[in-house]
Amino acid sequence: MRFVYLSLSLFCTIALIWALNTRWSTGTTKTPRLGYFLSPQQGFWQNAESASADFNAQIKSPELKGKVDVYVDGRLVPHVFAENDFDAYFVQGFLHAKFRLWQMEFQTHVAAGRLSEVIGKEGLNTDRFFRRLGMVYGAEQAMAATDMDSAMKNSVNAYAAGVNAYIHSLQPENIPFEYKLLDYEPENWTPLKTYLFLMFMSFDLSGRDVNTDLQMTNAKNYFGWDNFKQLYPNVQDSLDPIIPRGTAFAKAGFKPQTPADAAQRYFGRNDTIVQKASAYQPFAVPTPDAGNGSNNWAVSGSKTKSKSPILCNDPHLGLNLPSLWFEMQISTPSHNTYGASFPGAPAVVIGFNDSIAWGVTNAGRDVMDLYNVRFKDELKKEYLMNGNWILSEQRQEVIQVRDGANLSEVVPITQYGPVLYDNEFNNPDARGLTLAVKWTANTPNSGIKAFYLLNRAKNYDDYATAIRNWTCPGQNFVFASKSGDIAIKQQGTFVAKWKNQGDFIMPGTDSVYQWQGMIPMDENPMIKNPARGFVSSANQKPTDSTYPYYLGSAHHFPLYRGIVINKKLTAMNDITPDDMKKMQTNNYNVFAEMARPVLLKYIDKNGLTPNEKKYLALLETWNLKGDPQEKGATVFRCIWDSLETAVWGDEMAGSKFKLPEPDSYSLLERMLKGTADLMADDITTKGKTETIQDDVITALRKACKALVLLEQSDQLEWAKNKDTYIQHLLKIPALNRLHLPIGGGEDMINASKSNHGPGWRMVVQLSAETEAYCIYPGGQSGNPGSIYYDTFVNSWAEGTYYKALFLKKESAASNDQVKWHITFANN
Amino acid sequence: MKFLVSVLLTAYLGYVMGVYTHLPWWSFAITSALVALSVKQSPFSSFIAGFLGMFLLWFMLALIKDTANQHILSQRVAPLLKMGSSSMLLVFVTGLVGGLVSGFAAIFGYQLSKSAKAILSINLE
Repeated sequence: MRFVYLSLSLFCTIALIWALNTRWSTGTTKTPRLGYFLSPQQGFWQNAESASADFNAQIKSPELKGKVDVYVDGRLVPHVFAENDFDAYFVQGFLHAKFRLWQMEFQTHVAAGRLSEVIGKEGLNTDRFFRRLGMVYGAEQAMAATDMDSAMKNSVNAYAAGVNAYIHSLQPENIPFEYKLLDYEPENWTPLKTYLFLMFMSFDLSGRDVNTDLQMTNAKNYFGWDNFKQLYPNVQDSLDPIIPRGTAFAKAGFKPQTPADAAQRYFGRNDTIVQKASAYQPFAVPTPDAGNGSNNWAVSGSKTKSKSPILCNDPHLGLNLPSLWFEMQISTPSHNTYGASFPGAPAVVIGFNDSIAWGVTNAGRDVMDLYNVRFKDELKKEYLMNGNWILSEQRQEVIQVRDGANLSEVVPITQYGPVLYDNEFNNPDARGLTLAVKWTANTPNSGIKAFYLLNRAKNYDDYATAIRNWTCPGQNFVFASKSGDIAIKQQGTFVAKWKNQGDFIMPGTDSVYQWQGMIPMDENPMIKNPARGFVSSANQKPTDSTYPYYLGSAHHFPLYRGIVINKKLTAMNDITPDDMKKMQTNNYNVFAEMARPVLLKYIDKNGLTPNEKKYLALLETWNLKGDPQEKGATVFRCIWDSLETAVWGDEMAGSKFKLPEPDSYSLLERMLKGTADLMADDITTKGKTETIQDDVITALRKACKALVLLEQSDQLEWAKNKDTYIQHLLKIPALNRLHLPIGGGEDMINASKSNHGPGWRMVVQLSAETEAYCIYPGGQSGNPGSIYYDTFVNSWAEGTYYKALFLKKESAASNDQVKWHITFANN
Repeated sequence: MKFLVSVLLTAYLGYVMGVYTHLPWWSFAITSALVALSVKQSPFSSFIAGFLGMFLLWFMLALIKDTANQHILSQRVAPLLKMGSSSMLLVFVTGLVGGLVSGFAAIFGYQLSKSAKAILSINLE
């Protein structure tokens, strides 16, 4: 009997420990190991950082060449003072890791197609997608090319060494929270990871065509080329381009030729379905947000109160915690730079130094095309090109799956690039075609050098030299200097395309459809010190139609922010940094300004119900601003969305495949011209032909029904309606910041949408004493257990800024805003 | 007195095991069993002493962290573990988990001491 009790008690103890040491499945996710996770000495409590944490430290590392002083201010912004580049980037890597390690590794795991190693088979489709897109291949190409420059290799390696020095200093209980939650451990950082991160940014900013080229092709096939052109027009009447209209451009140095058979073979209807949708597992392809964009501008001293230039930039990307950005200052004897850096890469990405300031917006140019290739057989070793079979390169990809078997597959690489979609891996919109992806990001480049040199640039010539290194994704680099210059250039490697080349899936068996050449870099649109006293960009088309190259589908170029920015800057004088802050956070909707009168023109108030009249009155009296409490903004959005559905929703519903939403300007500009009856007819009503006027009334009625419901649930006010939130990278609600009382949105300068918007705002006045203001919706620490996790979120939502503490070496130690001091030395 | 000694010893040894964070989180189960094996008490007292030792240790350690942290992390973790928004419940559950494992290990320690005696007496015969 005694031994029964003994065995039983042993069994119970072991069973309890086992249960508490096991990750239990809850649907698609798993619980942490509860015993470990709750253990106060090992688990998450260790990440509960004291609110009065002391960040003073002395770090020793034999790899350092000299001594480095880091002064940390009260917002946890580090100011790094190093004696050389190696030490500066070593310490930057160390600090990025100290505050953002989990995020850095997670983002690069995703880019490398290694998500399944962390979350199991749920990550497989994403992993296969990124591997087939050639993300690792591209990162390797960039690294090989950049390594040829010893200063760059030194910097990226120093950064990696710093990250690793931090990782090696970690005790098991100190690893970031998310590792404990998901139950895995950090691995060593490598220089390749920096390039993987940059590949991810390339994807985010120039990878939309993995989907849009498919959907555009579907739309062309479904509507036919002539209707397609009207529904997805490439001409935007109200365009105010980056380079002012009337600027003269040099003649094209390269003239691409449209293939002779394009009219039928490319523009014609070719909607062969190779594979039925049921034959493969459909899944959502990771697609960059259509709103990925930004604003930037610089005003010359002629328009400012201080007589010094002011430069502003606010990049719009997904709003995440931990933030994509990390604020810091890096100073060596060769440069002194402040701004936003990417945890994962050395140097400052958007910022300023003692002499200049710079910023970026996305160019939106089409640098990714899909080619329909034909393989000889299932082995996919030989593909057809001009009637000959050509050998493809075979790249073996092995995906490790947590709690599951490895997935091994061969990705054929053609002369275009890797095969993204085929019969084994399909996107329903690809109709079973075998599509290789050609993308400038996959080619050897040393783009990272652009930032390295911008950090050190002293004048316009340095800026111009620096950005020549930039290849992909195309960016509008805005510039201003203390010596008084302002400039903007659309920089990148851009394809010299014949009109509409690459807007649709391209024939891949004939070399005449290949990219014929690149636009010579000197012919990229640029302007320096224009007469109007400012330069600006907001992702719109860079030029008017006199630019001698095809810019790509207008679908990629949002129209309205650029209009309002240029209008405001033209009108402004004696500008101060405060004026610029007000402008960056401005919620005026210029699209609504143009659209409201045409809507009202079509509405006959007789016959409206009292409710409809009530909401219509809200629209009529609306101040056209997307301010948090505005109800008119919600009314407008509802009516306009309903109108688009009324106009083309019925036609689009008839397509078997997904079609791209036509852009709002497509409908508005036709309404303004009085040619909006195209597709206005509701094809589901027989014997009746609706006009645009009927559609407006239908939209009003439908919108009012929705508005009643919104009002009942107290969501009529604009901020409540769009409900902005900042999302943790794991999409765990408890780690998000929800329901932010912020205005703005699409087509407004303050582009704060639901989970997307200005993730970094910066205003820099290049006066004798630089005056800079910044903010981002996050916090310097990536640790959800730190008070610095979301420190800036509320101020960001309010539209306030922090004055950047731009320290000088001599006085840094004694500055009263410096709260902590971290020293790095090699002994 | 014996009871108090075993509670304190369980907590102290549990803490020491926890300092070595390369060891598994449940390493205290071994020391809790050892305490019950060495300090002779009734099976019920052994369990309660084992439970209380680790419950109090984990509860206190979590409470100290949570207070210094101004409940920031516990407010995020509690909903994640379906505990609403109660920091205190999370602190309590933390203690409970440590206590239960320790208590069961203590019963095992007690049974081991009895069995050892039995084995010893069989051998003497």
